[in-house]
Amino acid sequence: MYIIIGGGGDVGYYLTKSLLSQGHEVLLLEKGNIRYQALSEELGQSVVRGDACEARTMEEVGANRADVVIAVTGEDEDNLVICQMAKKRFNVARTIARLNNPKNELIFQKLGIDVTVSPTRSILSLIEAELPGTTFVTLMTLKRAGLEILEIRVPPDSPIAGKTLSTINLPRSGNIALIIRDKEYIFPNAETKILANDEVYALVSRDGEDALRTALGTTR
Amino acid sequence: MKIVILGCGRVGATLATMLDRAGHKVSIIDYSNEAFRRLDPKFGGETLIGNGVDEEILVRAGIKDADAFAAVTNGDNRNIMASQIAKEIFNVKKVVCRIYDPIRQSTYNELGLDTISPTIVGAQMMFEALTGDKPKKAQ
Repeated sequence: MYIIIGGGGDVGYYLTKSLLSQGHEVLLLEKGNIRYQALSEELGQSVVRGDACEARTMEEVGANRADVVIAVTGEDEDNLVICQMAKKRFNVARTIARLNNPKNELIFQKLGIDVTVSPTRSILSLIEAELPGTTFVTLMTLKRAGLEILEIRVPPDSPIAGKTLSTINLPRSGNIALIIRDKEYIFPNAETKILANDEVYALVSRDGEDALRTALGTTR
Repeated sequence: MKIVILGCGRVGATLATMLDRAGHKVSIIDYSNEAFRRLDPKFGGETLIGNGVDEEILVRAGIKDADAFAAVTNGDNRNIMASQIAKEIFNVKKVVCRIYDPIRQSTYNELGLDTISPTIVGAQMMFEALTGDKPKKAQ
């Protein structure tokens, strides 16, 4: 695949290295001279000095044969324009944008950006999962399928502690995929009992999340 | 007309003053307090400090019942993003966006955005002033 990345900060740099090591053709665009010099020492031909929102630059690096354009600058507006230009002007099939402000997710989606990745939201989820006492955490969202992966810690006073899965009123759009108990893992079936202090991993649709919370008797 | 302007640089300030004098209700946003000094002392509109691609500040400026929105910061991409937020999220009827880069301007014109490129306009006016002719359009 030919992948063009806009923004030579840490994310762009590590992404480039990682994709190159997987055998893809990668072109990193960095507009700052000093940063470019540092990058080109290690990345050589894989980095070009230029602004990924400038059509001329994108033409020079062959944007119309790119399979993916990824915008990872530190500014949401630059990432937006890079992706829109790539799609509209160069017919790039897939555009991925980094979103620094999670509130901008809606406008990016409305304007046809295929995928947005919000570091803030990801970090938030990871930290929440580490906080003591949290019972319900969204680990990851599978955007294309509209599903979420949830981690639920069953508190001792939970109404479902001691019940088998078949007796709990789980929503149809949800699935308990895995239970971790005392460092052992269990792939549950209908007869599996849920015990207090279990870590339950569930796959559920966005709308099913509330129904699942009710069924498991947990609030955040 | 109720209008929200993003960017109180020279153009933004002049525009705000003109609209205010013409009797319109103006709210102008800039991220620096200093910028508002460019406004006419008799400016009767509202000034807000903030980042114009943040929906909250646009709402505080009254974008929900604005008739028009103008993006005139010195950053093309900021103007482009703010204009699209005004148009797509808040459904403002009249949205005008300043884009210096002529190529970006043509792409966004195709996407249906009302744009003005001072680069092109300025060059055209200079051409006319120098040669007495209008410049030919590119084929």
